[in-house]
Amino acid sequence: MIVRTRKNSDIPSSEITPESAYLDRRRFLGASAGIGAAAFLTRNAAAVPRSRGQDETPNTWEEITTHNNFYEFGLDKKDPSRNAHTLVTKPWTVKVDGLCKKPGDYQLEDFIKPSTIEDRVYRFRCVEAWSMVIPWRGFPLADVINRAEPDPSARYVAFATLWNPDQMPERRWKPRIGWPYREGLRLDEAMHPLSLLVNGLYGKELPNQNGAPLRVIVPWKYGFKSIKSIVRMTFTEEEPPTTWATQTPGEYGFYSNVNPDVSHPRWSQATEKRIDGDKFFGYRRTDTQFLNGYADEVAHLYEGMDLQKHF
Amino acid sequence: MTRSGTGKRPPRRASGARRRVLLLKTAIWLTGLGPVVWLTVGFFRGTLGVLPVDTIILVEGRWTLVFLLATLAVTPVRRVTGWNPIIQVRRLLGLFAFFHACVHFLAYAGIDQLFAIGYIVEDVLDRRYITAGFAALVLLVPLAATSTRGWIRRLGKRWLRLHRLVYVSASLAVLHFYWKVRADTFWPLVAALTLAILFAARLAYRRRGRGRPRRKGQKGAVRTRPP
Repeated sequence: MIVRTRKNSDIPSSEITPESAYLDRRRFLGASAGIGAAAFLTRNAAAVPRSRGQDETPNTWEEITTHNNFYEFGLDKKDPSRNAHTLVTKPWTVKVDGLCKKPGDYQLEDFIKPSTIEDRVYRFRCVEAWSMVIPWRGFPLADVINRAEPDPSARYVAFATLWNPDQMPERRWKPRIGWPYREGLRLDEAMHPLSLLVNGLYGKELPNQNGAPLRVIVPWKYGFKSIKSIVRMTFTEEEPPTTWATQTPGEYGFYSNVNPDVSHPRWSQATEKRIDGDKFFGYRRTDTQFLNGYADEVAHLYEGMDLQKHF
Repeated sequence: MTRSGTGKRPPRRASGARRRVLLLKTAIWLTGLGPVVWLTVGFFRGTLGVLPVDTIILVEGRWTLVFLLATLAVTPVRRVTGWNPIIQVRRLLGLFAFFHACVHFLAYAGIDQLFAIGYIVEDVLDRRYITAGFAALVLLVPLAATSTRGWIRRLGKRWLRLHRLVYVSASLAVLHFYWKVRADTFWPLVAALTLAILFAARLAYRRRGRGRPRRKGQKGAVRTRPP
């Protein structure tokens, strides 16, 4: 079980995992250049490459913040870390609307303040078949949903990312549905205790490329469901249209639960590249777990559903 | 090279052309090996990103296409410019296309799939973009193997017919690229457009040149058609 819940008063992760650790690792990588070939042979001999001891040690700050999909800031993995500094996160307003009793425009601080901030280490599985382990800081998504008091008819919650071309450099590509980036969850998924609103990483402020100042994290779904830099939450009765499911409906579904048995049409989802800073590969290939290993907690949400159909 | 006034024109012209071809070949060698050197250095310096294998596959795939399209451009360029010696760099371009295709595939099979044959076979059979890419690579194998002078002589006209497979391979490679991208189809479409222009140039030439007599004694440049 990977969820580790800490109280606000506990030691922040930044003090537990010193940031210098990743610097040392990179330095070692540079130093090992000369003995690269030898390293390759050694690592092949050891059947299970473990450069970092424990199975689920969190990824480094550098890994988490330089390998991102945030298409508004460019389509390459490194682009968001280079470009997202233009994102203005203060002040930030989140609009809550749709089928609820307390719609309105909320200042970010007012949105966060009533909740207890926790640090949680979650696996993060991208639909592109790579994964990381990430120490998020945030609070249950259910908190803000409860405070908005959704109507009984509300069955879904839709989210939208900020779209501001002045701050976002991507020009060539535009999703079929248009900007802003949109995502959505069934209300019971959003209310699940594992679902978070995240505003921090490693006990520090969330970097822009990771979706500052506020993003969703739903750890049992593919990463693109965990929408970044949200400015709007809308309660709806119907399943809301989402960016990737409208872009390529045959490849991305509304649910997009991590599932090793449902292949993406263009690649297998049976295994994943767990990024682990391995000195040669940078990752180790590992089996993908059903619902990203959170099946015990969330499988009941999908009872009776054909997950091959509702992928 | 055209210089007038001397009685030694033919040999001079030949040496000028040879120099140009040599220069061109040097440039091709540097361009051909450059990406691999850059990737190797980047790999050991740790500057290829969090997943170096993804960068290697991407960069090598792009260079494969560049060299494939450059190979296909040789004949149209020769016809447009009338500079026949350019034909001498075609084999080198083609072999570099094959070289980058091999690195691209080996990075995928080795560093990405860790030579898990089961998964690779599944990919090749089930995923159309990999089917197309793999077929493109396989089709290049006989072309690379028969690229030597001996094979050109041995196969004669059949060599030309065999090497038309490069069109099929390039088309599959572009398709592979187009099917692979998730969002931005700009570069796959640029590649497809380039390929279409090269095809069109060839068709236009064929149609125009139908009535003309065949030129003799030009190795590799003779248009042959089944008798």
